[in-house]
Amino acid sequence: MAAQDEFLADAMQYSPQLFSSALRMTRNRADAEDLVQETFLKGWRSFHTFQEGTNLRAWLFRIMTNTYINKYNAKQRRPLETELDEVEELFLYRRMGAVDQSQIAPSAEDQMLNLFTDDEVKRALEDLPEQFLLPVLLSDVEGFSYKEIAEMLETPIGTVMSRLHRGRKLMQKMLYDYALERGLIDESLLESPPTN
Amino acid sequence: MADCKETLKELETYLDAELPDERVSEILGHLNECVDCQGAYEFHAELKAIIRFKAQNDALPEGFINRLVSCFGENVLADDESK
Repeated sequence: MAAQDEFLADAMQYSPQLFSSALRMTRNRADAEDLVQETFLKGWRSFHTFQEGTNLRAWLFRIMTNTYINKYNAKQRRPLETELDEVEELFLYRRMGAVDQSQIAPSAEDQMLNLFTDDEVKRALEDLPEQFLLPVLLSDVEGFSYKEIAEMLETPIGTVMSRLHRGRKLMQKMLYDYALERGLIDESLLESPPTN
Repeated sequence: MADCKETLKELETYLDAELPDERVSEILGHLNECVDCQGAYEFHAELKAIIRFKAQNDALPEGFINRLVSCFGENVLADDESK
């Protein structure tokens, strides 16, 4: 019991990160809260299987990812609207030159990327199909290694890498589309305009 | 030293800090000499940082921590009763 109390104290510090990621997964605050609670309860009950000295944060994310896959995944499939083959390498980078300069402070790429609001970045993540969302979230947002992500998703590292790559491309396409919608892109400035 | 094609292909893995050391020095060597690839590197490093920064700042719902703690209270009780 003492060990479990210790678990609770240690694990609690990760609850904000777990909640943010749960929100990206479920896209719903009530479901996200349920998912984090369930993660903590499962962690608490199975704490005897946790190996002292290993990464508690990774262990919690593994529990949460598995719970999400088993419980929520089935009921909300996200459509893959963009054919990934249409999205070429360096998609966003090649297009950032077409940002309408009158819309932003002069130059500097960091300012260009700051064009995107928090909500747009979150939406781009949340709209990824699950097989891409989970690797991108666990890598880009939570900073886990390929090996840790492969363990969490119970999939080979090569699969993690290819899904990361494809998920990131898709996310770049979505961010670009948001910038287009907001009128931030002057497409006449593109060296080779998109085909669609 | 890596060329542009190799560098761009391995850029993501490099940014993820997952490249083996010997590849890292190949890529670094190229990035130091190629302005185009350096630009692509900086852009993607920034994009990665921005995604991380902007998708991790959700406010917890009011009372979240209290509810989280209290579901353990119940759990501890339920556990004790079952014994």
